[in-house]
Amino acid sequence: MRRQSRFVLSVLAFGYAFLYIPLVSVIIYSFNDSRLAAVWGGFSTRWYGELLRNEQILDATFLSLKIAATSATFATILGTMAGLVLVRFGRFHGRTLFSGMITSPLVMPEVITGLSLLLLFVTLQQFIGWPGQRGFGTITIAHTTFSMAYVAVIVRSRLTAMDQALEDAAMDLGCRPTQVIFDITLPLIAPAMVAGWLLSFTLSLDDLVIASFVSGPGSNTLPMVIFSKVKLGVTPDINALASIFILIVSTGLIVSWLILRRRTAASPT
Amino acid sequence: MQLLSKKDLFWRRFTVAVPYLWLVVFFALPFIIILKISLADPIMARPPFSQTVSADNFIFLLGDKLYAITYLRSILLAASATVLCLLLGFPMAYGIARSAPAVRSVLLLLIVLPFWISFLLRVYAWMGLLNNYGVINNSLIWLGVIDQPIQIMYTDFAIFIGLTYSYLPFMILPLYATLERMDHDLVDAALDLGASKTAAFWDITWPLARAGVIAGCLLVFIPAMGEYVIPYLLGGPESLMIGRVLFDEFYFNRDWPLASAVAIMLLLILVVPIVFLQKNQAREAESAT
Repeated sequence: MRRQSRFVLSVLAFGYAFLYIPLVSVIIYSFNDSRLAAVWGGFSTRWYGELLRNEQILDATFLSLKIAATSATFATILGTMAGLVLVRFGRFHGRTLFSGMITSPLVMPEVITGLSLLLLFVTLQQFIGWPGQRGFGTITIAHTTFSMAYVAVIVRSRLTAMDQALEDAAMDLGCRPTQVIFDITLPLIAPAMVAGWLLSFTLSLDDLVIASFVSGPGSNTLPMVIFSKVKLGVTPDINALASIFILIVSTGLIVSWLILRRRTAASPT
Repeated sequence: MQLLSKKDLFWRRFTVAVPYLWLVVFFALPFIIILKISLADPIMARPPFSQTVSADNFIFLLGDKLYAITYLRSILLAASATVLCLLLGFPMAYGIARSAPAVRSVLLLLIVLPFWISFLLRVYAWMGLLNNYGVINNSLIWLGVIDQPIQIMYTDFAIFIGLTYSYLPFMILPLYATLERMDHDLVDAALDLGASKTAAFWDITWPLARAGVIAGCLLVFIPAMGEYVIPYLLGGPESLMIGRVLFDEFYFNRDWPLASAVAIMLLLILVVPIVFLQKNQAREAESAT
């Protein structure tokens, strides 16, 4: 390995500082006793206590987790099916439209996806009376639709990278195609499906814009509650909430990274 | 190849049909509806649009100066954030790709990590840094650089910082993917043969990284164009971006047809970069196999 140039090293240092200073400052301020961000009122954990007593935030968190888990599960099922179709099913009628539709949600601006889905729900309600009210169901459908695109892409790249010999061997030995999918293909792409589920879960938990469009009165997800609070400025309890988020995500990611590294070290390929 | 039994054929059709149908109903159909409503007129009813067809909304949008300025401002802000992401992201991706494997995986983890933390909360974090009594102003005053807080929050500059910060990982990851695959011996060979470092970069590294540059730039530019949260939280009342205008038109003015027309216009602007990105990704996927 050659030594890095001084220019590259300084941009790296600046870039990482740029990425992490906001996060670190939120964590520091979450322990600020003062309500005003401008003054340091001493170390305190009172905002964490207040957060845990805030019914509105707790309800919204519960709703968001429920939507995230449901939509991630649907998205993983549908996205895996779509990924299989794209890589293993060869040509079929309407394939171009299918592959276009599956990747488009990835690049569609959220405001467009949100508005168009809401208009769909309103139109459907006009004609067939469903959905009766907007909330959990409509948000879950919206999140499933954009998350399944991510799952399909992850599953597709795993399938293209995978050796097809195992599946061919199973076929030669007399397995039915359906059996091959359930006994060979799915176990092999399971890691990609888990990654897809986790990504879908995170995306759903993170979404503000689409949920704001397709939700109805009374169903506020966590990002919607956070947004309505921070619109007015910096508030100490949201600092605490952000710190909890950062802590959970970092721990989860670092632990899975360590596990993955140990596994690759154990099985040198 | 075995012949497919009836049961297998059923499963095969089922696997195609379910995601297909889902996408037609929840992705394609909404676009037809949004197109139809963009041609309607707003009326006082539930739902608030007529069944008539006219191009009034588009004529209004094309003739209105405020909308033209908003579209232009969005393009300008998204494009300048894309350029800064590239200027910052390219050396970073290069540095990561050229570091020792153990360091590299830590550096990559640190790029991906912010992506998993709530987008909204990361934008919120900048509110605490940028406001008049925030970390940046306080530090500058403490250092004696300024004696009055400078207004950063609620300006276009704050939006520009927010966009760059939020979308930087989208630039670094595809760049890293191409730079990591690159054979660095080519650069060494060019240097041995007497090329200057600058010449080696522009003649070898840059062309080889082209696909990553294209993907990164589009992955930043496209979502930045439609951004709603960043202009709302960091921008002022005058620094409108098209995503925010669309949302306000829909929510506060309840003009659904005009909001739909704004969305269609945004989509028309983005259609070229979106198709270009899809083509680029397809070419990349082909060359990778």
